[in-house]
This record gives sequence, C-alpha cells and structure tokens, in this order.
Amino acid sequence: MGVEGIGASVVRKEDRRFTTGKGRYVDDIKLQGMTHAHFIRSPHAHAKVKGIDSSAAMKMPGVVGVLTGQQIVDDKVGNLICGWAITSKDGSPMKMGAWPAMAPETVRFVGQAVAVVIAETKNQAKDAAEAVVVTYEELPVVADIRSAIKPGAPQLHPEAPGNVIYDWAIGDESAVKDAFGKAANVVTLELTNNRLVPNAMEPRAAIAEYEEAEEHYTLYTTSQNPHVARLVLSAFYNIAPEHKLRVIAPDVGGGFGSKIYIYPEEMVALWASKKVGRPVKWTGDRTEAFLTDAHGRDHISKAEMAFDKDNKILGLRVKTHANLGAYMSLFSSSVPTYLYATLLSGQYNIPAIYAEVMTVYTNTTPVDAYRGAGRPEASYLVERLMETAARQLKVDPAELRRKNFITQFPHQTPVIMAYDIGDFGASLDASMKAIDYAGFPARKAKAKAEGKLRGIGVSCYIEACGIAPSKAVGSLGAGVGLWESAEIRVNPVGTIEVLTGSHSHGQGHETTFAQLISERLGVPISQVQIVHGDTDKVQFGMGTYGSRSLAVGGTAIIKAMEKVEAKAKKIAAHQLEASENDIVIENGEFKVTGTDKSIALPMVALAAYTAHNLPDGMEPGLKETAFYDPTNFTFPAGTYICEIEVDPATGKTSFVDFVAADDFGRLINPMIVEGQVHGGLAQGIGQALLEHAIYDANGQPITASFMDYTMPRADDLPSFKLSHTPTLCPGNPLGVKGCGEAGAIGSSAAVINAITDAIGHNKLEMPATPDRVWHAIHG
Amino acid sequence: MSTIKLTVNGKAVSADVEDRTLLVHLLRETLNLTGTHVGCDTSQCGACVVHIDGKAVKSCTVLAGQAAGSNVTTIEGISKGDELHPMQAAFRDNHGLQCGYCTPGMIMSAIDIVHRYGGKLDEETVRHELEGNICRCTGYHNIVKSVLDAAGRMKVSQAAE
Ligand code: FES
Ligand code: FES
Repeated sequence: MGVEGIGASVVRKEDRRFTTGKGRYVDDIKLQGMTHAHFIRSPHAHAKVKGIDSSAAMKMPGVVGVLTGQQIVDDKVGNLICGWAITSKDGSPMKMGAWPAMAPETVRFVGQAVAVVIAETKNQAKDAAEAVVVTYEELPVVADIRSAIKPGAPQLHPEAPGNVIYDWAIGDESAVKDAFGKAANVVTLELTNNRLVPNAMEPRAAIAEYEEAEEHYTLYTTSQNPHVARLVLSAFYNIAPEHKLRVIAPDVGGGFGSKIYIYPEEMVALWASKKVGRPVKWTGDRTEAFLTDAHGRDHISKAEMAFDKDNKILGLRVKTHANLGAYMSLFSSSVPTYLYATLLSGQYNIPAIYAEVMTVYTNTTPVDAYRGAGRPEASYLVERLMETAARQLKVDPAELRRKNFITQFPHQTPVIMAYDIGDFGASLDASMKAIDYAGFPARKAKAKAEGKLRGIGVSCYIEACGIAPSKAVGSLGAGVGLWESAEIRVNPVGTIEVLTGSHSHGQGHETTFAQLISERLGVPISQVQIVHGDTDKVQFGMGTYGSRSLAVGGTAIIKAMEKVEAKAKKIAAHQLEASENDIVIENGEFKVTGTDKSIALPMVALAAYTAHNLPDGMEPGLKETAFYDPTNFTFPAGTYICEIEVDPATGKTSFVDFVAADDFGRLINPMIVEGQVHGGLAQGIGQALLEHAIYDANGQPITASFMDYTMPRADDLPSFKLSHTPTLCPGNPLGVKGCGEAGAIGSSAAVINAITDAIGHNKLEMPATPDRVWHAIHG
Repeated sequence: MSTIKLTVNGKAVSADVEDRTLLVHLLRETLNLTGTHVGCDTSQCGACVVHIDGKAVKSCTVLAGQAAGSNVTTIEGISKGDELHPMQAAFRDNHGLQCGYCTPGMIMSAIDIVHRYGGKLDEETVRHELEGNICRCTGYHNIVKSVLDAAGRMKVSQAAE
C-alpha cells in the first residue's frame, strides 16, 4: 500500500470544511426570492378533516399562500408508495393504504400534515399557521400492535381489513415441527424490540425551485440517495419527468436510514414552488423530526429453539408482529421480512427455521429502516435466545455458541442467505481474550462482596450487507435494482474526479474512495475529488444504506478504474513504443517492465486529450464509467462482549468494559471503520439502555423531544476496545464487507445479556432503564 | 424591531432584527455564519454553541438582543488564517467527527472545557462536561479522545505564547 492507499488511516479530506464551519447543509443554502414553508399538522392520531379555514391567515403579513391536501390531490400529485411488494402466506398481495402528501380527508398519526403556509419569512409562516383553523372529527385510535389486531379494533385503512398489511412466512414449517418433535430441550423466549427514533442531528430540510421557462425543478434535500429520490418523485409522484428534475443532496448531517425515504415535505415543497412561483424552503425542527421521520424497530416476537441432547440446535421457530405505523413508508415492508427473517440463522448451523411475520397499521408515525434495519431485530432475538438457552442448559454461553457455529463455507441457511466466508471462532476468541472472559467469575465475586451485581454478556452477530444483487432482490419483490455506478474522469492535467452514486453523510467517502484511486494509480488523495449527491453531475446511483457504499459503490469505482487503466496503458505503450502487456503502473508512473522507460500519469492524460498521438482508432479522452451489480450479499460478522455492573440500590447500569471483534473483510481506512463501529455501538447501547419512542393509548407521542426521548450522551457510554478478525470477502475485488451497521446490530443483545446475567433472571425488556432494572431486581 | 450592535469574530456588527430573534438566527440568517447549527428546539443538543465573552453558550437559548454589546465567537472565528485551532486540528486528527453537524458546537464547548480545567482533564470529566452536546454519529469515543488530545496541545501552545 502507499501512504494514502488501502489500509492507511489517513485523516479525512472533508474535515477541514466541517471543523471550520464551512460545511454546506441544506438549511445553509439561500436562493434568490426564497419563501418559507410551515406545515400545519394534525394534533390527533386519527381524525376526519372536516374543514380548513385559512381566510384569516391569508391576510397575515408576508403570507404568500396556504395550500391544502385537497389541492395536492386535485393537482394529481401521486400518493406516497412502498417500493417492495411482499406477498402473504395465502398468496395475497400486501395491503397498501393510500397516503397523500397532505391529508385531504383523514389523518392517521399525530404530526401528519393537512396544509402548508408559505410566507416571506419562517416566522411569518409560523404566525400565520396559528391563524389557520382546522376542524377535526376524532376517530377511535389503535396505538400499538396488540390493540391493532384485537377483533373489532378500529380500522385505519379500507384497503387493509383487520389492520393487517401482510401475514408472511419463510422457511419450512414441517421440518421445524419434526425438529421440535425430536428435541431433548426446547428454549422459549418472548421479547419486544423497542421503537426508536433515528434522530440524525441535522433535521430534514428541502428547498425547491421551479424555473418556468424550462419547466425545470431543482430540489436541495437531506437525502441519502438523491437519484432514488428523483426516480420516485418522477415515476410515482408525477412531480416532473426525470430530465426536468435535479436533486441535490449536499452535506447531510447523518442519516441512519431516516433520510432514504421520500417524505411528504419534499413533495409539497416541489409542488408549492410551482404553485407560488417562488423557491420554497422547509427546514424541520426537532419536534417535526420526532413526529415525521420514519421510526425504527417496534417488533414483538415469540421464539423457540430446539436442541438435541448434545446441545446442538435442531430448529428455530419465530413468530413476529411488526408495527409499520400509519402508512407504508418507502422500504418498510422489506425490513421485518427479507432484512430480518433471512438473518435468523445467526452464526449458527440451524437445520430448520420457520418464521412468520405479521405487519400491522397503527395510528403512529410510519416505521422503516433504521441503522441495521431488521438485522438488529434478528440479532437481538437470536442472541438473547442463545444466552437464555445456555442458562437453561447450564452450559457456558460462549461455548454453546462455539459448539453451534457454522465453520464450513459457503453455507446455505434455511432462510435464503448463502454465507460466503467467515471465521466466527476467531472473533469470539478475540473478544473473550480482550475482556479476560476467564477472569470474570473472580471479578463478579469481588463486585458482589462490594454490594454490586456484575454481569457479562456475549453477542455474536451476523448481517447481510452490500445490498444487493438486483436479480435476487427483484425476485423477492424489490421495485428497484440495487447496483451502483461510478465514473472516473482523469483530467488533462492528471487530476482525477470520481463521480459516485453513493452518498456520504458522515461515512467519509471523500477520503476512503480517494484512497482506492491512490492505491491503484499512486497519486496523492489531494489530487482526487469525489463528486456525489447531485443528479446533474453523477449519471445515476442507488445511494447509501445497508452498508453498501464500499462493497457495491467502491467496486463500481474499481470497475471503472480498470477501464481507465486499460486505456491509459494502451496510450502509454504507444507513447513509449512498447507492448501494452509490458506496462505496469507504479507510483503514478506507467513503466515498461525491465527497462527504465516510463511516462507519468499527467502526460498520459494530456496525450489522451490533445489526441495528437494516440493509437489508431482510439477515441480521445480518459474517462470511463461502470455499473456494478453484486452477485451476493456480503456477511460482516463478529462478537461483542460487554461487562457491566448494576447498582442494586438504584438499578443503574454502568459499563466496566465493552469489547468488539469484527470481520469486515479488508479495511480501507481503519480509522474511519472504527469510527463507524463506535457510532453503531452507541446506537445499539442507546436502544438497550435509554431510547424508547412511546405513544399513549390515544396515539399521542410521549417522547417527541430530547427532553423526553433519551439520546445517548458522552457520559452514558464507555470507551470501546475494538479489534478486527478479517476474512476477505470473495464476492468483490476489494474483499470488503461493509461496517456501517454492525455496531447497532450486535450490541444491544450483549448489553441485555450482561444485565440479565447480573440480576440473575431473564425478565427484562429494552430499554433497561434504572427503573426497570430496579423493579427486575426487587419485584 | 431593534438595532443590535455586537462584535462577532472580532468584527463590529450592527443588525436590525425582530425582538424575538434568537442569537443563532442572527448568526445564521442575518450574518450568514452558517457554521453554527440548530439541532433541536429544546436547548438540549449543543449544535448551536458559540462563545459569548469567552464562555460557551447555547445560541438558541439567547435572544440576539441579550448579546448586544458582547463579543461573540463562532466556529468560523477560531482558526488563525489557514492554521486550525488546536481543538479543530485534534478533532480532525482523531476522527472526532463524522457528519460534522454536531462538530462546531462540540468544538466550541470543548474549548471552553479545556479553558476551565486547564491541563487537569481526564476522560470522566470530559464525558461529564460534554453532557450538553449530542452527537449521533461518533459514539463520543473519538470526541473524548480529541478533547484530551487538544487539552495537551492547547497547554503547549499557551506555554509557547
Ligand atoms: S439547537 Fe441549541 S441546544 Fe439544540
Ligand atoms: S458527527 Fe454527526 S452528529 Fe456528531
């Protein structure tokens, strides 16, 4: 590797602008003549909209217009859609309820927009919104899964009888029945996966501009996937054809899944910009983020695992209910199905699996993918079950896992996934060593003598990343392909631009992707510019989520690089009067092997553009594009172990140690990778100890601000001890697997396993707040 | 409307603002200093932290009028030309940021923490003192590392002055 190539922890190119306050986020942008939007949102979880009187508001200072849900329907703006079709067990399609961008007739969650005020300033829009009188007729509410599926429950959507969206299953039911018939032991567990709010620190925002002469729209938006936004806005929402719509996602302040989707606010901003003939800006506040950003998780499950007399797993049976909220968000249907149940085999050899998943509507904010998306739910379930089994079978939890590890690859699980490679024992060993697992009983005894309860918890996670082979996901119902594209432009002076369809909103692509180029061409990363987030610049892209940017987007870059190199070698060979096969690239030079003849990259590039002396028939220029579609998912895996201490007097949990050993395949920039792990761990630990989005029985959100919803803060978390046990992914030329979600996927089970170990029983749900832990100890 | 005079990043500034204008909005909307961010509406997140007369303050919690006559420093005002402030450099070198949204507030809070504790900072104190700043990306691990690193650098640079 070069000093800035693969494997080097180089500091990030983007950090100069971010540390000096020169980042350019959507809300930082001002357009000439810009107006400001403020949405009028329902205070009720379920109600009929009987009337909207905006006459007083229209007379308020600065008001440009008040637009309603009926107008957006009349203008034939399409309803929001879910882009992944799931089929129920009985063969029927999922039941998608209509979701207009602003509600003309019925509101189904607190915060759903019914109208928008456009004014000269934000304050004027807010003031006028106070003067808009909306009359509602309240309807009965279902606020959680159990009340949604009760017979006679109030109905949300006429399309979905019984509030059921689909009732889906995967695996072999009769094989599982046979396995349980043969079992020496059966372990059962019921658990809840608590609802979370993603809370990227930058609230969502949009600025829309319509240029009448060109009938052209521009949208600046906080998006993880601007091309997908353009596609959906164009193909499904009838905003504008793709060539008349430019979507720009500039610096984006975190996403975690919540900025994948196309939300009503962006649609309304675009539509309104034409209606009022002025640019329209909307910036959400934190309360709006709590009310309208897609939430995460919210499952209740029952799981049973069958073991033989040697403690080998025979089968797994899971029944899960998932809450998708009031409407089906863009990828919501795939999360509790193909992103969840397909990972229920964990790291283990499980001959038979059967999982049933029922999803329901409730009068709550829509739920979709949040960091990990389905895989944290699967990992939490499997790893709590393994820990429960070890305790019931009276064997060491680490050894029970080791005994059941998959050790032969490739491995076909009973739930679709074909694991390509891994070494689960290596990460378990590394973590056990890092935390001194063997020394734990002595530490526990010592803590006990001091009146404290110590626990240790193991979690061995696996995830499917590098999302995803288009053909495979297409056969499972996905409405889009999940390839990635890249373009490499070597400029006449030898500087390089890489245009990628991935989007960086904290992941450091501007650095990591530049390192790929540096590795291949020997140029310093300062000579490489990564261009992303603008549909007018980048040809196409599927964006960033599912830990896919390096495995899929990075491979697209490599594929384009290969084409650039092939052409550059031809030019170099021609210039040096050598055979193309004798040209090697070293430190930015094209050399003839075995001679001292060479030509530097800038000279090759210049030759490509002057075109004075190119091989016969060669096109001028040095610019190539590639589309890359992966052949399989990638399978990052690892072991997290945490040691905690509970104060029985207060129920408070403190960390003694948290260790992680991950297998992400090859690391391009270990510093950035470790940062991703830290952040993921914090979110998983946040779920385990602190975070919970709560609704009361009337569907009123109880936790709609940072005053009520506990975000992990610096003093809630420990420093982490990380290590890496890589096996190179055989599915892509870089050997990479992805690292963005692992921490969030694997950590919550480790924490809860540690606390239940400390308190000596298993009746504990997330978040394990001091109050809950105290009651778990004292009854 | 009132006319407010104050010093921002060493420059005298005068602005006409509505009485209800918050300092953060004066900075972002009127003065175009968009490095100071807004991450919440309940004074919890610290994305908006600036220095008023040398002390870290959440600029979403202060009316612009309250800052009249004072000396405000924002993230844009702490580097010396091309040379980053040691706290900025430490955040960059220790990967103390990812999306960058919390970063200006973190850096401004962290400088104040180092000023208040001098060289006597340890991990526990840094974690406790950062209570008013939320980061969703980094898990704080590298932020804590950055602050401790910068505390050393700031001591050295002060000694050199
Ligand atoms: S914006 Fe000031 S504390 Fe959140
Ligand atoms: S770096 Fe993204 S919120 Fe802190």
